[in-house]
Amino acid sequence: MIPSSFTYQKVKSVEEAIAALKESDSKILAGGHSLIPTMKLRLNSPAKLIDIGGISALKGIKESGSEIVIGAATTHAEIASSKVIQGKLNLFAQTASAIGDIQVRNRGTIGGSLAHADPAADWPAAVLAADATIAVQGAKGSRKIKASEFFQGLFTTALQEGEVITAVHVPVFSGKSVYMKFPQPASRYAIVGCAVVKHSDGKISIAYTGVSSNAFRDGAAEKAISGKKIDAGSAEVASKAAAEGMHIMSDHYASEKYRKHLAKVYLKRALLAVA
Amino acid sequence: MKINVKVNGTAHSHDVEPRTLLVHYLRDTLRLTGTHVGCDTSGCGACTIHLDGKAVKSCTLLAVQADGCEVTTIEGLATNGNLHPLQEGFHQEHGLQCGFCTPGMIMTAADLLKHNPKPSEAEIRHALEGNICRCTGYHNIVKSIQYASEKM
Ligand SMILES: Cc1cc2nc3c(=O)[nH]c(=O)nc-3n(C[C@H](O)[C@H](O)[C@H](O)COP(=O)(O)OP(=O)(O)OC[C@H]3O[C@@H](n4cnc5c(N)ncnc54)[C@H](O)[C@@H]3O)c2cc1C
Ligand code: FES
Ligand code: FES
Repeated sequence: MIPSSFTYQKVKSVEEAIAALKESDSKILAGGHSLIPTMKLRLNSPAKLIDIGGISALKGIKESGSEIVIGAATTHAEIASSKVIQGKLNLFAQTASAIGDIQVRNRGTIGGSLAHADPAADWPAAVLAADATIAVQGAKGSRKIKASEFFQGLFTTALQEGEVITAVHVPVFSGKSVYMKFPQPASRYAIVGCAVVKHSDGKISIAYTGVSSNAFRDGAAEKAISGKKIDAGSAEVASKAAAEGMHIMSDHYASEKYRKHLAKVYLKRALLAVA
Repeated sequence: MKINVKVNGTAHSHDVEPRTLLVHYLRDTLRLTGTHVGCDTSGCGACTIHLDGKAVKSCTLLAVQADGCEVTTIEGLATNGNLHPLQEGFHQEHGLQCGFCTPGMIMTAADLLKHNPKPSEAEIRHALEGNICRCTGYHNIVKSIQYASEKM
């Protein structure tokens, strides 16, 4: 299948991208691994694509004080194989290598995944559990959005029209972390994905993707395990609170009941992995 | 739009529509039909090629995105008429039946062996997650890649 026609502009800077976004019905093209498939199926027919793949300022991983800053156009494969990420932010190495397949990881980018906000995408769970912030730039200037305020609904984020994600800022934490998912067997998207961070002061952060129409922090489960030593008993108790009160998705891959069951199972496994 | 691409070592320059997928540029314009199209959903991997040395699905890239890049397709793997060890492996170990998935399997495996020359069986199977074969049941594909890994 071939997309319907559009014009194409390859930009060299974020400013150029923001200026080009003023044209009606224009869209950013990053890795293209969410956008091009929908354009091939004609579910999406933008009039113009603005390719940010050539903006070097949007690529790469650097350490800045107590943060690791990942450029929006950095690919999943680059994140998975980065020595800095493997050494200091293993949660992100683990999440990146769980995405799709080699070919998808070689093209898809973290910024594209966050902007797209697929309910089954992996990155949203990791950025939520790690308390990351998402840096964006638009015609009116730059701002930073907390991951906890970024995901607002099905394919819906706090990103406003004309804004470009420039980077993801992740505070370096000490402690243990894990990302575990039950993948859809063909696409590898998460039917249920659970990210857990156990900070060295004992605080535990729990985030889910795949479960509801957008990824979320599970405050009820966090409360149920908070202050307790993690063992089979306390993990079992916490898992009873998993995704409580959330609207749970139901589709041809997994019913609401099965997803909720998986959410509990994956929370137990993830908690025991960081015990 | 004008694009310049080096494909299997040869420089090409063509005018393409922005919506032309890279796989169609390779197959229809350059007549390199070894790269296959097996699906509409970016899921089968039959179209896998190397773009600047990395395995990618050419059905999920625009030809304009490859402007200025180097592409290797299955046709570019053999050197001076000698089969690449992976091609030899698929031959020796009967790694194909209908052969439709084979070019994609080999291009993905070539990327794997570049980063991990001695992969375990589990690593090989994990690396092939984006490539679907409807015939072989994968067993002989894994053996073919192990054969190449030993030879390389
Ligand atoms: C076969 C297959 C399997 C996959 N499996 C998984 C999986 O298991 N887990 C998973 O999480 N994902 C999976 N994906 C999705 C993949 O990770 C995508 O690459 C990713 O979701 C989107 O990133 P991209 O760079 O390709 O974005 P694009 O497709 O280029 O863009 C996606 C959307 O985001 C916008 N956008 C892109 N970059 C920016 C930016 N910097 N600022 C503002 N807006 C932007 C675009 O305009 C577009 O609307 C899979 C994809 C495929 C094709
Ligand atoms: S043709 Fe199926 S993934 Fe490209
Ligand atoms: S050999 Fe027929 S699809 Fe793999």
